[in-house]
This record gives sequence, C-alpha cells and structure tokens, in this order.
Amino acid sequence: MTRVGVVTFPGSLDDGDARRAVRLAGAEPVRLWHGDHDLQGVDAVVLPGGFSYGDYLRCGAIAARSPLMTEVVAAAEQGTPVLGICNGFQMLTEAHLLPGGLVRNDHGAFVCRDQRLRVEQTGTAWTNAFETGEEIVIPLKNGEGGYVADAETLARLEGEGRVVFRYLEVDPNGSANHIAGIANERGNVVGLMPHPEHAVEAGFGPDTPAAMRSGIDGLRVFRSALEALLAA
Amino acid sequence: MPVIVVEVMPKAELLDPQGKAVAGALNRLGRSAYSGVRVGKRFELHVDGEVTDALLAEAREIAETLLANLVIEDVVSVHELRDAEALA
Repeated sequence: MTRVGVVTFPGSLDDGDARRAVRLAGAEPVRLWHGDHDLQGVDAVVLPGGFSYGDYLRCGAIAARSPLMTEVVAAAEQGTPVLGICNGFQMLTEAHLLPGGLVRNDHGAFVCRDQRLRVEQTGTAWTNAFETGEEIVIPLKNGEGGYVADAETLARLEGEGRVVFRYLEVDPNGSANHIAGIANERGNVVGLMPHPEHAVEAGFGPDTPAAMRSGIDGLRVFRSALEALLAA
Repeated sequence: MPVIVVEVMPKAELLDPQGKAVAGALNRLGRSAYSGVRVGKRFELHVDGEVTDALLAEAREIAETLLANLVIEDVVSVHELRDAEALA
C-alpha cells in the first residue's frame, strides 16, 4: 500500500485531518515528527496546516528549518510528491522549494470560508485526478495567505503553467493574480492556501447544491498523488 | 553585554496591513501630521564576547537568511547597539 507521511510540527493543527484524508484516498498515513531525521521510507509527504512554532518570526519560517525538513527538501528534489497546505505552503516558500512568499491578508482580517477555485494545472502530482479548468469548492482559513512574488517570478509561473489553483468569485487574501496554489518546475511539489483535507468525506465538507456539507472535492488532491506514484 | 541590533522592514512595494491599521488609529485620534505608518521588526542578538567585524558579518548573514525573508522583507540595518540607545 502507498504510504503517505504527514509531518507534525509543534503547533500543527490539521495533521490529523490530513492523515484521515490520506486514509480515505486509499493510502496508509504515516505520522512523521519534525524533530526526526527519518522519513520512514514514505512515498509522499504532506506538510499540514496550523501555526507551527506559533508562527513566530514569520509563518512557517522556523518549521522550514526544522530537522526533518532537510530530508523533505532532499526527497522533493528527487521527485517525491510533496504537498504543503496553508502553513505547509508557507513552509515550502520559506524552504525555497516554491518561489514567492505569503503575507498578511490585504484586508487585515482572518478569513474562513468555503472557497471556489479553478484547477488551472492538472499535470502535477497532486492534481492529475482533476479536469483542466474544473471548478471546485474547498474550505479556506487563514490570516496570512496573500501570495506575493516579483513581476518576473509571476510571469514565469504563469508562462510555465505553474499556477495550479486560482481563486474564483472572491480573492480572500489579496493574492497576486488571484493565485491560490503553485507548483515547482517538476510538478511534484505543490503548495496551496485552501484546505483540501477538510473536503474529503460527505457530511463533513462544504455545502453543495446537492446537500449540506456533502462537498468532497479535496479528496482527489490526495488520490492524485496515488495515481502519480502508480504511474511513476 | 554587547548587543547586535538587526532591523527588518516589509518591502516598500508591499501593502502593510498592520501599518495601515495603525495609521487608521492615529487618524481617529486626531493625530493628523502622519501620512502613513509602516511596521517592522527589531531583533537584539546578545553577544557573549566582543562584537568584531566578523561577528557583524555573520549577523548580517543570519539576518538575510533567517531573520528576514528577502522575498517579502528588507534588512535595513545591522549594527552594534550604541550606548545612547542602551540608556534610552
């Protein structure tokens, strides 16, 4: 069975939900500890949401320099699928696995909502189970989710098709080009601010026209990694 | 004990919602002389021995790789704490 590691940092909040999403997607979740130097041979890694190290210094900054991140960066460079959700996305930028950075929301407030997104790029390890241009709804909750990068980096991301998810209807945090998620050049590392792991089981996801809380659009993010590993 | 001060500011071209909120408060308090506020960070690195040029250079390297994220922030100053500052 495919084994997907979920790293727990001091202050992680959504590591349990991420492990549940991995299980519902059909893989075996493996608990990884930030202070170890051991990935336990997992096939893919998820950096979960939360407020690692109290977001002291900057969001994700101290977590990005924790012991296990040495192994995560090395694995990512070898092509291992790595997904960073929210605080995990912030860690990926702080670890320089993804370009740009995330700053305080332009309106200054924390925002929590079911967010409509467009899947712009399905050629990544975490989006191959979607249709290009497909619209999905998954929860979003952050105070510092504004994506910023210099003009050259933005042009490169757009030109190379590395904008993976884009906000629709509302840009909840003032992100450049309404960017919600991006990938590295190889497409094995993806970071996004919204939370796919909160939309994986009917009864516990966002509302849909069909029924309350029935949204499970996030599940295919995790299924995609399984597909990518089988294809590799 | 000697101290090295590192000052970090959000990049000028980025919106600083924190500064904007403070500017709004000043305006409401009738302090009208200020057209804007930006909020940054100051780090004080306490040093056991003497502050040498080599140590200042190391502090600058730490500032640029850990204390600040140069994608979103600038290191505006790395200097040894002056006596006047210490007394203030």
